[in-house]
Amino acid sequence: MADIGKKTARILVFSTEKISDPAIDMAGLLKLHYPPTVYTISIPCSSGVKTSWILHAFEKGFDGVFIAADGSDCPYGESCTEKTGKIISRTQEQMKRLDIEPARLRMAAICSVCSESFVKQMKSFNEYLLKNSNN
Amino acid sequence: MNKKIGVYICHCGGNISDYVDVEKVKKSIEAEDGVFLAKTTLFACGDANQKEMVDDIKENELDGVVVASCSPKLHLLTFRAVTERAGLNKYNYVHANIREQASWAHSDDKPGATETAIRLVKAAVAKVRLAEPLYPFIINSKKAVAVIGGGIAGLRAAIELADMGCPVTLIEREHFIGGRVAQWDVLFTTNETGKEVVTKLYNEVIRHDNIRLLTGAEVISNTGSIGDFKMKIKVTPRYIKAKCNEGHLLKAIEVCPVDVPDEFNFNITNRKAIYHNFPSEYPQTPVIDIKNCTRCGECEKICPSVDFSQEEETIEINVGSVLMATGFDSYTPADGEFGYKQIENVVTLPQFKRIIDLNDKKLIYKGKEIKNIAYIYCVGSRQIDGDNKYCSRYCCTSVIYAAMQARHKFSDINNYHFNRGIRTYGKQEVLYAESLKGGDIYLQSYEDAPPVVEQNNDKITIRINDILTAKKEMSVEADLVVLVTGMVPRADNSVASLFKLPKGRDKFFNEIHMKLRPVETVIDGITICGACQGPKNIMESVNSALSAAIKSFSYVSKGELELEPIIAKIDKDLCTWCGACAEACPFDAIKMVKDEKKDIAAINNSVCKGCGMCLPVCPSNAINLIAYSDKEIESMIDALAG
Repeated sequence: MADIGKKTARILVFSTEKISDPAIDMAGLLKLHYPPTVYTISIPCSSGVKTSWILHAFEKGFDGVFIAADGSDCPYGESCTEKTGKIISRTQEQMKRLDIEPARLRMAAICSVCSESFVKQMKSFNEYLLKNSNN
Repeated sequence: MNKKIGVYICHCGGNISDYVDVEKVKKSIEAEDGVFLAKTTLFACGDANQKEMVDDIKENELDGVVVASCSPKLHLLTFRAVTERAGLNKYNYVHANIREQASWAHSDDKPGATETAIRLVKAAVAKVRLAEPLYPFIINSKKAVAVIGGGIAGLRAAIELADMGCPVTLIEREHFIGGRVAQWDVLFTTNETGKEVVTKLYNEVIRHDNIRLLTGAEVISNTGSIGDFKMKIKVTPRYIKAKCNEGHLLKAIEVCPVDVPDEFNFNITNRKAIYHNFPSEYPQTPVIDIKNCTRCGECEKICPSVDFSQEEETIEINVGSVLMATGFDSYTPADGEFGYKQIENVVTLPQFKRIIDLNDKKLIYKGKEIKNIAYIYCVGSRQIDGDNKYCSRYCCTSVIYAAMQARHKFSDINNYHFNRGIRTYGKQEVLYAESLKGGDIYLQSYEDAPPVVEQNNDKITIRINDILTAKKEMSVEADLVVLVTGMVPRADNSVASLFKLPKGRDKFFNEIHMKLRPVETVIDGITICGACQGPKNIMESVNSALSAAIKSFSYVSKGELELEPIIAKIDKDLCTWCGACAEACPFDAIKMVKDEKKDIAAINNSVCKGCGMCLPVCPSNAINLIAYSDKEIESMIDALAG
């Protein structure tokens, strides 16, 4: 978890090329600031994130992992939200077994114009991770 | 693994370098494994820098390139093209977005922005280190397009494709073409009738050698994919010979004992089992509705054109692209919704438009002359509790125009519009002004306090707390209540499942990107247009139809196609076939095949869309997505973690 006294938590975001990437880009364009220790990896669809990638991020020292899901806007179909949700559930089960706080993994649907929502999510997740850094 | 990587860090004028210390970024990545050269540049996308990159790649035999600049949405393709011009495979290029996701996002924290940029560039270097040359799949593409739906969008798209020299099969489920437009009388803004518009288009369709029109036709199966869709189409006969004597026909209709609701008039009138919708719909040959026909034989006795020997047939076609223009249904109010089906003389907007068209001199409905008409807006649209959250956008203009038509065509009509805010956008605003000037009354409420429709004896009263007059309670006695119903997706959209076509949250067909790729779908080779994609008026439907026609033509015009090589890949050694991947795939791209000793999964390369939904469900981790492999993703995570 985040070090005591550290200003911002390290958050890895899995975002999607067609839906949440444009929102994150627009947050920058609008200069809606969020912690600079938020890093993004783009993938085609949020329902393609492997549990092993998420666990690897925790192993390498990330404080939190956030999946910026396509939600119902997913161009690959309606099942995306449900499938991404299942990945989260499965991964959180594994996190429990590995003694990693499940709340360090979050998911929210970020549509292609949801810049403000993305920034809010990052700020609240950062606050949560810093507040719970001793847990 | 790439060993000679070139990295270019862009100032973007000052958009990046005003907040990110680009020299520091360069120094931080110079020593990264595999980085052969690192440069900063004022504008990476500028011609001079592009030429320098080409020279660098050639002279130094670079086998990997990273540009750290703006969003890949703007220049990924630019720099891929640069690498190709230098003779390097374009998939050995990786883009790092240090403008939107570093300099601009963290313009309040320059050291933070610089550190973010460093990590993003390191992650891109980590990815390009593992990148391998990839080659697009080249496939043949049949120069022919199937247009599904013979409404205004499908007709216009078919003509456009045919004019470009492309053979088109135009498939209409109903026996008559023209769709909804054929049902409308005079149209805003051109004052043409729906019939006139459809007649123009039909005349063009039948004169065109490149168009094959199938009516009463339904796609029943589809195999194949972009460039090579193989479809089976079931064609139901009309049971009437093509050349038909009008006099005999009218007598045959007269003697038909069947009486069923007429969908053309939205069920406000009835028709016989033998019917035609001429003059509004084409082809003009009538049809026998065989589902409702009792085969009594009365029509056969009178009309020699009746031919019950005609048989259903199945036609097979092969096309390179499919253009979907399947249109919309009008929202059907629930029983009791604003009195619908419980109070006499409560009708929907489409029904009202037919009532206007069917009446002359006096506006009569159910034997009663109509003078006072109340219109209740947003029925089935902008729902707070229901599924239809969207605005149907066409209905404000449509109802105002219909109300004005009623006022002009019949005498002493009084129009009362119970609305939630008028949305006559663009040029349609003049219509609203004209309506006000003509004396129509507008009363408005919020969504949480809609008007109430009540029946007292033979009177219908509509009450509203009108927010335009400080929520004063107003009531109107009306002879007719028109529910201004919006557009909903087709109740029977089974054709979509044949093509695995994704739908959005509103259940209309989904485009790839609403603004940038508005007629393409993730199913390669399938385009969408018109109201099957979401509520649109006629102008907007035709705009999208022309766009979809051009896009579909681009898939078939060359006779061959390049497909992106970003697809799933099975590790044969690890796969033990459990079927989970096939179940997760929304496109049926995964099938079981026999390997040497065991059953394994196999990917159909031309069907796989590269979504990756199959990856996380594999219990033996036997699937990777090309360019997003475990190694590539984990190496990026390592670089970002620092």
